[in-house]
Amino acid sequence: MTTHLKGRKVLLHDMCLRDGMHAKREQISVAQMVKVATALDDAGVPLIQVTHGAGMGGNSLQHGFALASNEEYLRAVCPKMKQAKVSVLLIPGLGTMRELQSAYDCGARSVHVATHCTEADTSPQHIAFARKLGMDTTGFLMMAHLNDPDGLARQGKLMESYGAQTVYITDSAGYMLPDDVKARVSALRAVLKPETEIGFHGHHNLGLSVWNSIAAIEAGASRIDGSVAGLGAGAGNTPLEAFLAVCDRMGIETGVDLFKLMDVAEDVIVPMMDHVVRVDRDSLTLGFAGVYSTFLLHAKRAAARFGVSARDILVELGRKKMIGGQEDMIEDTAMTMAKERGLRENAA
Amino acid sequence: MKKIKCALIGSGNIGTDLIYKIQRSPVLEPVWMVGIDPQSEGLQRARDMGLKTTADGVDGLLPHVKADGIQIAFDATSAYVHAENSRKLNKLGVLMIDLTPAAIGPLCVPPVNLKEHADKQEMNVNMISCAGQATIPIVNAVSRIQGVGYAEIVASLASKSIGPGTRANLDEFTYTTSNAIEKVGGARKGKALAIINPAEPPMMMRNTIQCLCDDEPDQARITESILAMIAEVQKYVPGYKLVNGPLFDGKRVAVFMQVAGLGDYLPTYAGNLDIMTAAACRTAEMFAQEILAGTITLKPTLNTTAADAA
Repeated sequence: MTTHLKGRKVLLHDMCLRDGMHAKREQISVAQMVKVATALDDAGVPLIQVTHGAGMGGNSLQHGFALASNEEYLRAVCPKMKQAKVSVLLIPGLGTMRELQSAYDCGARSVHVATHCTEADTSPQHIAFARKLGMDTTGFLMMAHLNDPDGLARQGKLMESYGAQTVYITDSAGYMLPDDVKARVSALRAVLKPETEIGFHGHHNLGLSVWNSIAAIEAGASRIDGSVAGLGAGAGNTPLEAFLAVCDRMGIETGVDLFKLMDVAEDVIVPMMDHVVRVDRDSLTLGFAGVYSTFLLHAKRAAARFGVSARDILVELGRKKMIGGQEDMIEDTAMTMAKERGLRENAA
Repeated sequence: MKKIKCALIGSGNIGTDLIYKIQRSPVLEPVWMVGIDPQSEGLQRARDMGLKTTADGVDGLLPHVKADGIQIAFDATSAYVHAENSRKLNKLGVLMIDLTPAAIGPLCVPPVNLKEHADKQEMNVNMISCAGQATIPIVNAVSRIQGVGYAEIVASLASKSIGPGTRANLDEFTYTTSNAIEKVGGARKGKALAIINPAEPPMMMRNTIQCLCDDEPDQARITESILAMIAEVQKYVPGYKLVNGPLFDGKRVAVFMQVAGLGDYLPTYAGNLDIMTAAACRTAEMFAQEILAGTITLKPTLNTTAADAA
């Protein structure tokens, strides 16, 4: 067993109450949110993200309507936390500063401000505002496989200049291989200030998320996003309990209790799942073709209605270079493909 | 034929594209381009295209308004300076077409409510946003048939077509467009989403419009209304095209549009630029025709304008 990372401190950030919302079609109840967050807090997870899958402003036809508003979720969860900080997701163009203020008022103290990996300059207002509120502020570069290491370094530097204290490499498509992750994290580490942290957010579509997260730490990352039992979009996020077990074996220090986290996964999260979140034909297609993981369930719905397979739709979306937030193009693409193939729509 | 003389304020993508559109107009003539940086490419290009220029902002234009007979100005600067620009020019009797998200004046989507504004002789009309121009006609085409409780639009834009001003102010875009979906589109609640996609070659502007009707949608009448509205927009944006839909799914109506530009200043993928400048040009033309016909006369506004009050 390698022990070269022994003693490294890494902050774990759980995503099952945000990314996991995608896998639950946004149907996690307030009571379930409280139950899961309380259990994670008790296990010592330091950061827990709680919002609609698409973050602040996410309630929409485009991204689905959740069972409750972001404010209702946050107001229920935040006061119950004994040690964990609650975070939110904010994607400029969808969420706004008014909504971030509202999340803060409800008790959120950390934020992922997310942009596509080449469009960091759509985030200066939001990052600066989060800092003004005193929030732990992360710049979150999504679909990071679509930018090269130098390009990502420039984008990360921009986010740092706006005030981001942490910059994330976000493998939204679960497409990257460990060497891709290392190259990107190393490029960021080379240009960011020493006090600026680097994070990695993986998806398990190629079965690589645990290994990719370790590769990120080797290259200098100190924050890792994951999800208990992997509850997240596509084949899920980095399964946090598995990752934690690896950290424990390697001597990486997280402060989280492994057995408690395993119990949350098995006793709380798995019974909540609508489908087994795993690498299957369609989620593997995401990782193979480099497609935004959230597209998975939308593509399955469109497949059922328009008679084109989800895999074909996902491959076509990858070919057309569609990015996160373009969920409307899934229905559109399926309709166009059905027309081209002379198919008739199934009644909705 | 006599033309109405125009000034363009702001020498970025929108201002530059407007020169091409106005030069083609039978009733408008571009005369001045106003910038703030003497070295800017936009001002140089305007000079090359035969316009007079100033790098002293709107104050550099004011002394020439009377002598050069400027009657219409297009403001493509930012929401922050628009109010002041408008106040100064309105005072000299110049009609202001606002392409910023300031929205001091009434919101204008030509095929929906332009005639109404011309009839009222408004001195400042706001063009909302590119996404607003591309989607609100469709929302209105549904809401004029039956009640729409909620309308949501998604605008996907090529990264290369989005200038620094829009990038740094995405929230203003969101607020202005959402508000206009309600005020002009006729939905009780509106929501606007913007996506900036860097794909190469750049993607054409795409817009998805979704309405939730109060009752089961009348498919035949809504389809007919949407097709008629698309034909109206095509009169000034020929590249405005229905790709898929209308799709009916319970009370939801979804329409998938593409906007190809004319390729005047930016290539055709930047349909977002064209639909904004074409709508502004169309708006100015309607006023210009009325001015030329003598049916309206632009009058200097008093010192206390809506802008002052705001």
